[in-house]
Amino acid sequence: MTSVQLDHLLLNSHAQVRSINWAAIPENEGHRLRSLGLEEGVEVEVLHKGMLLWRDPIAVRVGRMRIAMRRKVASAIFCELSE
Amino acid sequence: MSGTPPLVALVGNPNSGKSSLFNALTGARQKIANYPGVTVERKSGRAALPDGRPVELLDLPGAYSLQPDSLDEAVTRDVVLGKLQGQRRPDALVIVVDAGNLDNHLRFAIELIGQGLPVVVALNMVDLAERDGLEIDPAILSAELGVPVVSTVAVRKRGLERLLSVLSEALSKPRPEQDHALENQKQITERAHRIAKRAILSETQGRQWTRRLDAVLLHPVGGVAILLMLLFVMFQAVYGWSEAPIGWIESGFAALSDVINRQLPAGILRSFLTDGVIAGVGSVVVFLPQILILFLFILLLEATGYMTRAAFVMDRMMAAVGLSGHSFIPLLSSFACAIPGIMATRSIMDQKERLATILIAPLMTCSARLPVYTLIIGAFIPAQNIGPGIGLQGLVLFGLYLFGIVGAMLAAAVIQRFVTKSRSGSFLIEMPRYQLPRFSDIALSLWQRAWVFLRRAGTIIFAATVILWALLNFPKVPMGDAQSQVEYSIAGRIADGLEPIVRPIGFNHDIALALIPAMAAREVAVSALGTAYAVDAEDEEKAAMSLGSQLSAKWSLATALAFLAWFVFAPQCISTIAVTRRETNGWRWPAFMVIYLFALAYIAAGITYWTAVSFGL
Repeated sequence: MTSVQLDHLLLNSHAQVRSINWAAIPENEGHRLRSLGLEEGVEVEVLHKGMLLWRDPIAVRVGRMRIAMRRKVASAIFCELSE
Repeated sequence: MSGTPPLVALVGNPNSGKSSLFNALTGARQKIANYPGVTVERKSGRAALPDGRPVELLDLPGAYSLQPDSLDEAVTRDVVLGKLQGQRRPDALVIVVDAGNLDNHLRFAIELIGQGLPVVVALNMVDLAERDGLEIDPAILSAELGVPVVSTVAVRKRGLERLLSVLSEALSKPRPEQDHALENQKQITERAHRIAKRAILSETQGRQWTRRLDAVLLHPVGGVAILLMLLFVMFQAVYGWSEAPIGWIESGFAALSDVINRQLPAGILRSFLTDGVIAGVGSVVVFLPQILILFLFILLLEATGYMTRAAFVMDRMMAAVGLSGHSFIPLLSSFACAIPGIMATRSIMDQKERLATILIAPLMTCSARLPVYTLIIGAFIPAQNIGPGIGLQGLVLFGLYLFGIVGAMLAAAVIQRFVTKSRSGSFLIEMPRYQLPRFSDIALSLWQRAWVFLRRAGTIIFAATVILWALLNFPKVPMGDAQSQVEYSIAGRIADGLEPIVRPIGFNHDIALALIPAMAAREVAVSALGTAYAVDAEDEEKAAMSLGSQLSAKWSLATALAFLAWFVFAPQCISTIAVTRRETNGWRWPAFMVIYLFALAYIAAGITYWTAVSFGL
C-alpha cells in the first residue's frame, strides 16, 4: 500500500495518517499539531482547499475538529486512503 | 483561607465556551486588568456558592496544553502551576470541555487533572453536541476521569447551580496529590480517545451546518468575494453609523464648555478646563462610536466562528509578504486603533511573525488619522466627480488607506526578510463550529472595551493634553508684545528648532508646531492647527469654521499633499509606542519602529512634496 501526502489528497477523500515526518515541521507547529490531535493513526478527511491558483491552505477534519494548515506542513503527513 | 474567598480558575481549550460559562457564572460583575508583568488580559469575577460563601473566579486564556505555544498559553500554565509572580495559585480548577469535541478536549483535561488541584469538569455545550447527534454519559466520564463531571449549557444557564455545589464540595476536600507519573502526549491522546469512546453512548450524523456554510464561505473564489464584501460593509458602518453619535458627543462637550465659560471668569483656570481638559479629552472620546462599531463587528465575527475562516481565506496572500492568516485579525483591528491590534497579536504562535505584525500595525490607517485626512482633503481637494458615483475626495481618502496597506505589506516583507529573518510565518488553526452569538456576551464585551478605552482617555490622554496645554500656554507672552501666545510658548520654541528639519519636505512653522502635540494623539494636530490659526481670527467659532479655508490660503497644494503623506507613515502616537514597549518587553523594538516609521514618513512626504512642486502645484 503506497502512502499519499496529505496535501495531495483530493477534496472529500478520507484517509488514515500513516506516518508524519516530524523533522520537516518546525517544532512549535509540530507541537500544536499534536495538541490538535493530529497524530499517527487518526482518520482525516480533506474538507476544503484555499484560494484558487494556490489551493493553500487546506482544511482537514480530525475527529470532530476542523484544522486548517498550510500545504507545506500537510506534505509532511503521509496517509493511506480509506476505501 | 478565612478572609479572602477561594480562587477558582476556569481552564479549557479555545472554543470550549469557557468565556460564556464565565459570563454566566459571574454576570456583569467582572474585573479586567492585566496579569502582573505581561499584557495578557486577566478577567476575574465573583460568584456565590450554594451556602452563600463567595468565590473568586478567574477566566484563564484558552489553551491546548500545559506546554505553551503562545504567550496566552504560557500565562495559563503559569497560573495553574502557581508560577506566575504576583498571582496566587488557584484553590481549584473548573475544566471546561466542549461535549461535541470530547476526544480532543479531554487531552488537556487529563493533563490538568494531574496537577494536584481539586477539579470539576464542566461538560459544556451539551445541547449543541446533541444537535450534532452525540449522546454522552457524564457518569461514565466522571468514573473514567476520577473527578466530578457536570453537564452545562452556559448560554442557557443550565447546570450552573449544580456546578457550583459540586465545586463547593471539591473545595472543602483536601488537595489531591500531584500526579508525577504524567504520560507523554501520545499516551495522553490515546487515553483521551479511549475515555471519549466509552463515554459517548451513541453517535449519528448531525445536520452538518458548519460544513454547508464552509462550502460557501471557504469557497476558493466566492470565499474571497464574501470576505471583501464583509470588510466593505464593516468600514461603511464604521464611518456611516458613527456620524450621529459623534455629533451628540461633540455637542455634549461643547455644552459643557459653554457652561464653564458662563460660570467661570476668563483666566487661567477657565482656559485650562475648556481648552485643555474638555477640548483634549473630548477630541479623543469622539472616537468611541467608531471604535465600538468596529469592535462590534470583530466580536461578532469572532463569536460566530467566522474569524478563523477569514484568516483561512487571507492566509495565502499574507504569506506572500512573510506573514500568515494569523496576522490578519490584529491588522484588521488596527484600522480602528493600533493599540487593540497590537494586543491581539498575542495569539500569534510564531514569535517572529508576531513581532513583524506589531511593527507594521501602526501603518494601518487608524481612526485617529481620519480627522486629519478629512480636514486636509476638504480644504485642498475639489469636491468633484471624476466618474459616475466616484468623487475625487473619496478617491483620495481611499488612496491614503491603500497607501498605508501597501506600505505595511512592503515593510512586512522587508522586516521578515532582513530583521526577523523568518521564512514565511506559520498557519495552523482550529476552525470552530459556527454558532449564533449570544447577545448578552457581545454586549458585555463591548461594554468592557468601551470602559477600557474611556479609562485610557481619562488617564494617559488626559495627562498628555494637560502637558500639551501647558506647553502652549507657558511662558505667558508679555503685555504689548506683538508675538502670539503660541509662538512665544515652549511649544512654539520647540517648533522653531524643528522647522529647519521639516523645511526640506515642504512643511512650514505651523505644521512643525502641530506635529508636537500630534505625538499625544494624531487627531490633536487638527486642534493644534486650529489653535495656532485662532490667534488671527476674531472669535473662536469663526476660526473653527474657516480652518479649512485658512489652510488653503496659507499652504500650497504640495505642502498639503506632503502633510497627508507624512501622516500615512509617521508613528505619531505615544500610546502605540508605549504598548509596543510593553508587548516586546523593552525599548529595542519600539525604538526600531519609531525610527523606521519616521524615516518612511520623511521620505514619503519629501517625495510627495518635490514631485508635486515639479508639476507646478
